[in-house]
Amino acid sequence: MAGTDEKFMQISMGPQHPSTHGVLRLLVTTDGEVLSGVKPYIGYLHRGLEKIAERLTYPQFTPFTDRLDYLAAMNCNLAYAMTVEKLLNVEIPRRAQILRVIMAELNRISSHLISFGSFSADMGAFTPFLFGIREREFINDLFEMTCGARLTYNYIRIGGVSQDIPEGFIDKTREFLDYFPAKIKEYNELLSFNAIFIKRLANIAVISPEDAFDYGVTGPNLRASGIKWDLRRAEPYLIYNELDFDIPVGKGEMGKVGDSWDRYMMRIYEMEQSANIVRQCLDMLEAGDYTAKISKVLKPPAGEVYVRAENPRGELGFYLISDGSAKPYRLKIRAPSFANLSIITKLARGVMMADLIAIIGSLDIILPEIDR
Amino acid sequence: MEPKKIYGILSEKFSGKMKQLQENTFPASIFVEADAVVDVCRFLKKEDGLEFLSLICLSGVDLKEQNKMAVVYHLGSMKHKHTISIKAELDRSNPHIPTVESVWPVADWYEREVYDLFGVIFDGHSDLRRILMPEDWEGYPMRKDYVYPKRYHTWDV
Repeated sequence: MAGTDEKFMQISMGPQHPSTHGVLRLLVTTDGEVLSGVKPYIGYLHRGLEKIAERLTYPQFTPFTDRLDYLAAMNCNLAYAMTVEKLLNVEIPRRAQILRVIMAELNRISSHLISFGSFSADMGAFTPFLFGIREREFINDLFEMTCGARLTYNYIRIGGVSQDIPEGFIDKTREFLDYFPAKIKEYNELLSFNAIFIKRLANIAVISPEDAFDYGVTGPNLRASGIKWDLRRAEPYLIYNELDFDIPVGKGEMGKVGDSWDRYMMRIYEMEQSANIVRQCLDMLEAGDYTAKISKVLKPPAGEVYVRAENPRGELGFYLISDGSAKPYRLKIRAPSFANLSIITKLARGVMMADLIAIIGSLDIILPEIDR
Repeated sequence: MEPKKIYGILSEKFSGKMKQLQENTFPASIFVEADAVVDVCRFLKKEDGLEFLSLICLSGVDLKEQNKMAVVYHLGSMKHKHTISIKAELDRSNPHIPTVESVWPVADWYEREVYDLFGVIFDGHSDLRRILMPEDWEGYPMRKDYVYPKRYHTWDV
């Protein structure tokens, strides 16, 4: 207990708390069970990545991007590589582009699986967490056979990818894709349409489209509010404009549009779409180079770019200023979770204590990219 | 909308406050006087045809060579699918700029971050505290001439 006055009680939730998904401290003011205010404190994982970037050469920083959103390291690698490539103005071979999309989408599935699993654990159901981990294991194995790592891949590099996919990768991926849709059905039966689960999430913490814009909410959280905005469609990069996929949006199936249940369900729908994309990419895969020919010492011309990509958690952007030397002059990382978390003060006003857990889980934040 | 056209509209509306349009950056940058930044941002958000509803990113940049500190606002419109960056250059020894919190609430955290790492003071901000560094940290780490402390409390840094 951090302090009391006559009516309100202040409780410090975190920094070490299982449902804050990392080290996040929330100073909660409560009036009985009802919250009258939430003050987030972040920065516990601040490593100064932006400052580190100024001391390293461009390729040296790639492994650091793995440590932004470690559940979607491929997507972070991709956004950084695209930023530097934009400055360098290089053409990426088609095979490398397809490989990038395959990896990014597989990683999106594995990230959403963790989101689904940990959210269910927050809501008091532990079995779905194990289900999520079980399927994620398949994807981790695929990544391990590709690049040797299971979490921080450093696979998508400036110019292409670090190595070609190994023999057997395509067959194993197809095996996973054949097996996966039945599992999504299982998740829905087990959790998504469970009456208790719906009761705890429907109509809780509704984000209106106006609030979503004002607070810079992006990704599945924005789409849950009914806004059809996905950078893969709106500003297509790589080969996304050749692919056929839907952008699910929140419809308020169980309550209001943009409530916690909608935000949860977006991730389930997106997993189906991502599996669909990977399947198409495997069919499109043709022989070719896995990386462009770029020089060992990268010196992009002086200039500045802001490049963004659709990560599992929203829009990851890199604002890069080059002064023509081998090191970035300034690299600003626009992390999706940072903006997504900032709305929590508004959302958590007047809700019950137990709903706060649902709100954090449904926003699906990840702390290392907030703190950088 | 084309950056040139946006710049044209802005120069007409805020004569004397627009400094320059730079088109070789991505997205194109418009340099604005610091004291006009709130009015310009509110106009860009509300005006039909522009509707920059999202403040995508707000960054600080230390331009030590020119003895300046820049604040960069990346704005985007999902409706019209255009982006622009608005830049304000401040005096490096005493950087002050009004807050755009009233236009986009997300600026609250973005500005706290720039204050924390660059020492830019956002006038009128509701809660200007450090956000990523510890509250008792000294200095602004992202400045180019920042010198790391040897110790922080009982730890060697």
